[in-house]
Amino acid sequence: MDVKTWTYIIVGLSFALYIGIAIWSRAGSTKEFYVAGGGVSPLANGMATAADWMSAASFISMAGLISFMGYDGAVYLMGWTGGYVLLALLLAPYLRKFGKYTVPDFIGDRYYSNTARTVAVICALIVSFTYVAGQMRGVGVVFSRFLEVSIEMGVVIGMIIVLFYAVLGGMKGITYTQVAQYCVLIFAYMVPAIFISIALTGNAIPQLGFGGVINDGSGMYLLDKLDGLNQDLGFAAYTDGTKSMVDVFAITFALMVGTAGLPHVIVRFFTVPKVKDARVSAGYALLFIAILYTTAPAVAAFARTNMINTVSNKEYSQMPEWFKKWETTKLIKFEDKNGDGKIQYVKDKDANELTVDNDIMVLANPEIANLPNWVIALVAAGGLAAALSTAAGLLLVISTSVSRDLIKMQWNPNVSEKNELLYARLSAAVAVIVAGYFGINPPGFVAAVVALAFGLAAASFFPAIIMGIFSKRMNMQGAVAGMVVGICLMIFYMLKFKFGIFDGGKDAVDGLKDAWWFGISPEGFGTVAMLANFAVALVVSYMTPPPPQSVQEIVENIRIPRGSGEAHAH
Amino acid sequence: MSNNHLQNYWKKNLFYLVVLLVIWFFSSYGAGILFADNLNSIKIGGFKLGFWFAQQGSIYVFIIIIFVYVYLMNKLDKEFDVDEK
Repeated sequence: MDVKTWTYIIVGLSFALYIGIAIWSRAGSTKEFYVAGGGVSPLANGMATAADWMSAASFISMAGLISFMGYDGAVYLMGWTGGYVLLALLLAPYLRKFGKYTVPDFIGDRYYSNTARTVAVICALIVSFTYVAGQMRGVGVVFSRFLEVSIEMGVVIGMIIVLFYAVLGGMKGITYTQVAQYCVLIFAYMVPAIFISIALTGNAIPQLGFGGVINDGSGMYLLDKLDGLNQDLGFAAYTDGTKSMVDVFAITFALMVGTAGLPHVIVRFFTVPKVKDARVSAGYALLFIAILYTTAPAVAAFARTNMINTVSNKEYSQMPEWFKKWETTKLIKFEDKNGDGKIQYVKDKDANELTVDNDIMVLANPEIANLPNWVIALVAAGGLAAALSTAAGLLLVISTSVSRDLIKMQWNPNVSEKNELLYARLSAAVAVIVAGYFGINPPGFVAAVVALAFGLAAASFFPAIIMGIFSKRMNMQGAVAGMVVGICLMIFYMLKFKFGIFDGGKDAVDGLKDAWWFGISPEGFGTVAMLANFAVALVVSYMTPPPPQSVQEIVENIRIPRGSGEAHAH
Repeated sequence: MSNNHLQNYWKKNLFYLVVLLVIWFFSSYGAGILFADNLNSIKIGGFKLGFWFAQQGSIYVFIIIIFVYVYLMNKLDKEFDVDEK
C-alpha cells in the first residue's frame, strides 16, 4: 500500500477513536466541564498532561531545532522539563488544595480583588491565544504534507474535530482523548527513532545509541564523529554551543518558570481527587514527557549525521528520492552557486548552497532511514495527536476564563449552572473559530510570540502564585503591581528587541543585539522580568497594609493536605 | 491541631524543598551550564559529561527529585497527621 492510503487509514482510525471517547465522556455539569469532576486518576492525568504539554512544536520541530543548535538545544530540553519540578514542589499540591477551577480563581481569591482577577484573566487569554493559533497552523501543515489537501482545508478539518470533543466533553472529554493521543504520539515518535538508532549504532535504545559507536567501520563515537563533521564544514562542534553562558542560563530559566506558570498546564492538576495525587501526577507527567524529551536529542544527532553524510559534497543528481520530494515542498532548497553540480553545505553564508527547514528532521526521518510506509503514516497521526491535544487544552482555558472568571465571577454571579455550561460551550466554539482564523491567516508575529508566551507567563503568573502560597504577608497591592510591572517590562523588551519597534522595525533587530540588557536575548528576558515582578511586589506589599485575616487563613489552609475534598465551586 | 504543630510541619516541608531545589539547580544549571566546560573533560562512553547532563542527565534527575518529594511528603503528612482520609 502507498503512503497516502496508509495515512488515510491510520489518521482516520485515530480520529474515530478520539470522537468515540468524546461521546462516551460527555460533560453533564460545569464541574465535569471545568475539571472533569475532579475524579481523574493520577496516572491518567499524567498522560493527559504530557499530551497537553507536548505540542506540534515538541513533536515536529524540536529535534530539528536541536540538530542545528547542538549543545545549545539543551535550553529547550532542560527548560521544558525542569519546570515540572517547580510545579510538583511549589504549585500543584497547594493549588489542588485550594480546590477551585482556574488560575484567575486563585489570584482573585488570594488577593481578594476583582482587579487582580481581571489582570490574571487578561494574561491567561494573551498566553493561550498566541499558543493555540500556532497549534491550528501545525494541524494544517501536517494535513497538507501528508494528505495533500490545502493548509486551509487541514485547519478546517482540525477545527471540526477539536470543536466536537472540546465543546461536547469539556475537560472530561479532553482528558480521556488526551490519554489516547499520548499513546498515539509517543508510539509514532519512538518507532522511527528506534529504527534509526539501530541503523546508525546497532543499539535499540536511542538514549544509549546517542553515546554509542557509529556503525560506519571507523570505530569512532557518534558524537566525536559529528563534532568533526560539523567543524570540517565550519560550524561549531556539536557538543559545544555558540550562545553565551548567561543567555543559555536565562533562556533555560525563563522556559522552566514559564512552564510552571502556564494556565493550561496548571489547571490539569485540579482534575485529580487529592493533594497527594496532584504531587505524584506531576511526577508521572514528567516521566511520560521525558520519554520523548530524552529521545529527541538522540534523534537530532542521528539526523544531523545522516544528513551531512548524505548531502555534503555529493552530486546533486545522485540525491535519493526523499530529497527531491521535500524539495517540492520548499523545505529543502538547493542553489548551485559555484556551478559544480555538487552540494556544498557549510557555515559560510556566501558559499553555502543548501537550506534545510527544522521540521524536516522528524517528518522526513522515516524516509531518510528507508522505513516502511506505515511508519511514515504513523508520524502524520502522531503530529496531529500532538497538535490537537494541546489545542484542546488551551481552548478549555480560554472558554473557562470567559464563562467562569468573567461571566460567573464578575458580570452575572446569579447565572444558573445550566446557562454557565452553555456559555462555556459557546465560548469554546468561538475560541475554536478565532484560533482557526489565525491558523489560516497567521499574523507574522505568531511564531515569534509562541516562544515568548513562556516569558509572559514567567513574568506574570509565576511570582503571584508562588508568593500567594509561600508568603502570608503578600497583599493585593503588591501582587497586582508586580504582575503589571512584570508583564509590561516583558512586552516592552519583546517589542524593542524582537520587533525593533522603537528603532525602525524588524530590520533593526540584528543590530540591536549588542544593546541587550545583561547580554540576555528576548527569549531569556522572562527571567529578568520575573525578578522585577518579585522585587516590585515585595517592596509595594511592605509599604501597604497586610492582607485581611480571612485571607491569611486561606493560606494556612492550603498548606496542609487534609480536608481537600473534591474540587468545588464555591 | 495546634499552631505550633502545623508550623513544624511547614518548616520541615520547606527544608525538603530547599534541599531538593538545590539538587535541581546543580544537576541542570550547575552540571549542564555553569560547569559544563569543566565536566566535558570527563568522558563516559561517547558522552562528554557536561553535554550529557545538559541533554540527558538533568531530565533523569528531575524525575527522581519529584518521586523522592512525593515519598517524603506522604511520610511527613502521616507523621503530622495531616494526610487526607
